[in-house]
Amino acid sequence: MAALMDIIGASLLLAGTLFLLLGGVGLVRMPDVYNRIQAGTKATTLGTLLSLVGIAFLHPEWSLKLLLIGVFLLFTNPLSSQVLARAAHRVGIRKAEATRIDHLEEDTGEKS
Amino acid sequence: MVDAMITLAAVFAGIAFLLVLWRFIKGPSPVDRIVAFDGLTIVSITGILFAALAEERGIYLDVALVYALLSFLGVIVVARFLERGF
Repeated sequence: MAALMDIIGASLLLAGTLFLLLGGVGLVRMPDVYNRIQAGTKATTLGTLLSLVGIAFLHPEWSLKLLLIGVFLLFTNPLSSQVLARAAHRVGIRKAEATRIDHLEEDTGEKS
Repeated sequence: MVDAMITLAAVFAGIAFLLVLWRFIKGPSPVDRIVAFDGLTIVSITGILFAALAEERGIYLDVALVYALLSFLGVIVVARFLERGF
């Protein structure tokens, strides 16, 4: 039973760090700031959460603290990415040429 | 088997850290650097979790929690500074 929990935990940990790796690749390869924010925040949030669940399988006595870190990350990561995207838009950083829709510009008239 | 998987996971996290660090150094705009800094702290939290696993000490998780709090505040402050220059 303990061996099975260890294998499940290690698999989840591996999947989580794989998502972190994909987030890093996205941060390097994406064409502009707004796409990089998507890759760098969504993929790394999922990766960290999967890693937290995996470590909770490996060490069940740490579950409460890991849950606390996970809830905190779920609150703060979307907030920081939203603030960053708004800051980039207000500073006036250019979008990639393939970008068609900009709802913030439609709503407020601020050009980016 | 389990130890090898955990080592491989740590290697993945290390490669992710290096990729994000490349974006942090290269830029080109300040917002790119802040995005990369955000990514670096998130990967570092996973790194602290690996340290806790390697040393078998749960107290390191508190370090990860405080680090997440402080890095979040840092990102918010720098983003607001870029927006309006205080």
